[in-house]
Amino acid sequence: MSDCHDCGGCAVATAPAPARRAAPEHVVAIIGPPNSGKSTLFNRLTGLRQKVANFPGVTVEQRVGRAKMNGHREVILVDLPGVYSLNPRSEDEQVTRDVLTGQMHDVPKPDAVLLILDSTNLGRHLVLAAPILSLKLPTLVILNMADDLSSRGGKIDTGELASQLGAPVALISAAKGDGVEKVFQFMLGTSAGTTSLAPPKMELPILQDVPRCRQWARDVGIGAAYQAPSPPLWTRRLDAIFLHPVIGPLIFLAVVAGVFQTIFRGAKPLMDGLQKLVQISGHWIGDVLPAGILRSLLVEGVWNGVGSVIVFLPQILLLFLFIGILEDSGYLARAALIADRTMAKFGLQGKSFIPLLSAYACAVPAIMATRTIESKRDRLATILIAPFMTCSARLPIYFLIIAAFIQERPFLGPFLGTQAAALLGLYALGFLAAIVTARLLKSSILKSERTPFMLEMPPYRMPTLRSLGLRVYDRSKVFLHRAGTVILVCAVVLWILAHLPLQNGQPPDISDSYAGMIGHAIEPAIKPLGFNWKIGIGLISSIAARETIVATFGTIYGMEGTSDSVGLQQALQKELTPGGAFALLIFFAFAMQCMSTIAVVRRETGGWKWPAIQFAYMTLVAYMCALVTNVAVRSGIFT
Amino acid sequence: MQLSVNKDANERNSPLGPQTLAQLKPGESGILDRLDLPEDIARRLMELGFLPGHTIVPARSAPGGEPRVYRVDGSEVALRRETAARLILRPASKDPCKALEP
Repeated sequence: MSDCHDCGGCAVATAPAPARRAAPEHVVAIIGPPNSGKSTLFNRLTGLRQKVANFPGVTVEQRVGRAKMNGHREVILVDLPGVYSLNPRSEDEQVTRDVLTGQMHDVPKPDAVLLILDSTNLGRHLVLAAPILSLKLPTLVILNMADDLSSRGGKIDTGELASQLGAPVALISAAKGDGVEKVFQFMLGTSAGTTSLAPPKMELPILQDVPRCRQWARDVGIGAAYQAPSPPLWTRRLDAIFLHPVIGPLIFLAVVAGVFQTIFRGAKPLMDGLQKLVQISGHWIGDVLPAGILRSLLVEGVWNGVGSVIVFLPQILLLFLFIGILEDSGYLARAALIADRTMAKFGLQGKSFIPLLSAYACAVPAIMATRTIESKRDRLATILIAPFMTCSARLPIYFLIIAAFIQERPFLGPFLGTQAAALLGLYALGFLAAIVTARLLKSSILKSERTPFMLEMPPYRMPTLRSLGLRVYDRSKVFLHRAGTVILVCAVVLWILAHLPLQNGQPPDISDSYAGMIGHAIEPAIKPLGFNWKIGIGLISSIAARETIVATFGTIYGMEGTSDSVGLQQALQKELTPGGAFALLIFFAFAMQCMSTIAVVRRETGGWKWPAIQFAYMTLVAYMCALVTNVAVRSGIFT
Repeated sequence: MQLSVNKDANERNSPLGPQTLAQLKPGESGILDRLDLPEDIARRLMELGFLPGHTIVPARSAPGGEPRVYRVDGSEVALRRETAARLILRPASKDPCKALEP
């Protein structure tokens, strides 16, 4: 495990000697236990100058940023995963250790370390100082939450702690920005090479022995006159409400309903506005450019394709804003606690709840959010079922088909019409498919001895606007980049397929285009579902992204490609039998038609195996259920 | 099977008082003696503060009684009952010194 650098024996490990970046950039790693305020500090130091990626070859998220210091010097900051120790049992700990020891390929060994600990829980958090200090890198020990410590009557002698540890100590409040200048001073010092480690007064303990490390931390704390603060009264009071046997679950349901309401109702005007904007700007581009191939490609291909993704941005922004508030305030841990028992019934756990809730907006951020689940199998199960949840990309086709084929009548009195009931039914179907799949997975290939559920309850805190803003900015950047690139490529490819081969220098009739040929080719396979070749083209194009099917129908039928286009509804009424229409809804409820999701599953599971299985399984379920629906509707079971 | 042994231990009402964390009632407290769990899981729990010798106080729970939040070593950690039942407490009479904790 340890010193593999110099020994000749492990040639395999050292053979492709990681080429160090030529520029001698100063790299500083930030490390700390979960809930120590690590990300807050990282954001505070880097601001918008950061990017998210994965550490090479693993699924652990890597955040790298730049901190600007006096005199235009820049320092590269690497945010490491939150860990309690460096004993490499989880992937997070392995990565942290490899980065700190310079064994991670393509990640330069840090020149200095910022170790951030929660000053209100120092006894336990100081345990991490032992393995970090034993690395002998220039280290600043940052005691965060200084404001909490003093307001709750805790004390620490930072000067004495520094001499106990043999490393400089800074007492700060990352959320408020108090004391952050000390962190800059330290980085300035290390980048100038003037910081050196003093020998610690208190000898470091044997790292493998947790009780001994804890004892060491206690002794260091006593040496530094550490006085633990009184218990967080506000947290106890709030827990009395949020974890109340009756009020607690009610608040939980209200929060879930509130999130839902906001990402659908609240985002709607914004989404409609964006859609209009895309259409208007599309027309505008169309007017400016001369008629011809180029205009068609730019407007119908690129602009409408990319526009179909941008329209979802308000929802994604609101979703991340909500998750940010829930997480930063500390409520998310309570929600996971309340949801745990219910999730356990499906073989999952409380931490799967938020990713699944997010999947109602979009599976891509949901799958990224599964990173908080430590148990590998639980995480995989959550990733595999998330795309069954009714994401907002399904809504355009749902709206179109429901408007065209289901007559609006009162269903449950005046409260619920048939159209809304149909939509709710589709939501329920997706959820049902998800939990049945979860049960299947957890009782077969992902069967595991239930990994213990351990969840630390952080104290409640007021989320800061700064951190929420950064989070929303960061995630929407990732979303737009991933979804945008994939959809852009697919939109262009589809456009080319629909416009080639040229006949007499003109784009062919859709039936004679490559897209039409593909549609005709798959027609026999989809005929039993009640779909003809035109629907087939829509299905093929929707493999890129579900919402593109509406735009594709627009192209095929020469109509405006939106859900509320009456012309398109009438065209579909002629094209589809009621059986076919319901089968199409069912197919969309279950099939995994989303390149971005496939790409993110591949990334998060580290290979093609799981996305391939998932795609095959979901397509099979979709096909079978659509077939049953078509046959059932045709034979009049539902009339 | 271990699960059944577990359940048994869970339900038994010993005259010595609660024997595992799962048997602690709200308002009581216990001192952890050992963790009857595979090593890597035990280690993770120890990193969260569940170390032999530490006092543990049960706090609120999710509706239905589990998972329950336990106060230990300055933090609050939620565990399911099945895990709590594997954390063995020191017999109440043997160790009167509860104040191992700050």
